[in-house]
Amino acid sequence: MERLRLVENPVDRLARTVEALLVIASKPLSIDELATVTEETEERVETALGLIAGRLREGRSGIVLEHVAGGYALRAAREAAEACARLVERPVQRGLTQAALETLAVIAYLGPVSRPEIARIRGVAADSAVAGLVERALIAEAGRDQEGGAVRYETTPLFERVFGLSGPDDLPELEDLGGDADELRARLEDVAARRGA
Amino acid sequence: MALAVRELPLDLDAFEGPFDLLLTLVLREELELRDVDIAEIVVAFLERLADRDELDLDACGEFLVLASALLELKARGLFPDEDLDLEGLDPEEAAEELAERLAAYRRFRAAAGWLEERLKAESDRYFRLGPAPLSPTAERPLAQQEPAQLVSVLRALAAEPPEPSLGHLVLSYPPLSRFLERFRTLLRSRGRFAFDNEVDRLPRVDQVVAFLALLELRKRNEAQIAQAGPFEPITVWNASAS
Repeated sequence: MERLRLVENPVDRLARTVEALLVIASKPLSIDELATVTEETEERVETALGLIAGRLREGRSGIVLEHVAGGYALRAAREAAEACARLVERPVQRGLTQAALETLAVIAYLGPVSRPEIARIRGVAADSAVAGLVERALIAEAGRDQEGGAVRYETTPLFERVFGLSGPDDLPELEDLGGDADELRARLEDVAARRGA
Repeated sequence: MALAVRELPLDLDAFEGPFDLLLTLVLREELELRDVDIAEIVVAFLERLADRDELDLDACGEFLVLASALLELKARGLFPDEDLDLEGLDPEEAAEELAERLAAYRRFRAAAGWLEERLKAESDRYFRLGPAPLSPTAERPLAQQEPAQLVSVLRALAAEPPEPSLGHLVLSYPPLSRFLERFRTLLRSRGRFAFDNEVDRLPRVDQVVAFLALLELRKRNEAQIAQAGPFEPITVWNASAS
């Protein structure tokens, strides 16, 4: 009787290495980074990631592979959230005010953007909201304004990670949000027309 | 019956009539907005609101939009130098610009709402933040200690330290007379000698005392001294012999 020989697929080995790298990484790793440190091609790394994603997924594993903030990272399965909440605090996410969220939205869509520009859109000063977001590391300084020299801000990879975005393209189109100018204009006209006619 | 904002009766200094007429006149530029006290309009609305039992949120929202539109138009009128010159705009365009601004803000407010929803939806996603923990440092617990030993150690530390010895700092000078005697003898026997040769092998302090003795001899006019230049050999000879 012929002995059964277990031939290991070389991608299995790469998948284990990639898994190990994701465990020790403190931030999402891009395919490019993974290919560099494993000394493999990007195609093979992608294949390996596919293997890992099949194993580490919701309902099957306590650890889940996710594509977030332009890279790949491991996180806890959602079903473990309650226990996780008892173990760790989440100061970044907790207590984001309306002002902070609006400021974050402006920076996410228009960044790099300066405080005066943010204030112009929101109609109120954005200083404390910006300071709070910097402290949470959701935004960071990104150079200075060409004209006024005001510090400009942009969102960080942590922002994408916290909000579960795989990249900037994951944000909805700004044009699709809120009412458009025509609608508001129509309302003003409407009110005026009812009397003026 | 719903509270109709457009029918809100106003009794202002510059205008008397319903709110929508005011708006029409302003948009047609038949009424100067700078003459209109917007605070009075707000007060009138709040008074009307207070007369009712229930808060009409729709009316409040509509009023807020209209009042803020008026306020922005007025504010722009007060700053004619603003980069975007509204002087040149007809009311149509001004209203257009205003509506555009308000709409832009509404879009960002909606984006903030979207982010808030997203945050809620992602609230059960936990991941590690920051660097991976460093390898733990080994704990080295102290063995059981005797309190008496601590006392004895402290006592030793509290004791007055011994007075340090200054013995090595004391300089012993040879007596000046020794060199006076010696140089006089030399002068008597040889009549002349080289100072450097005589003190060459002596310790530094002795050399200094020897030099003082030489000066003393010169002072008493027992010897003559000559030196060709700084650091040159010093020659001494008998004053009476020359």
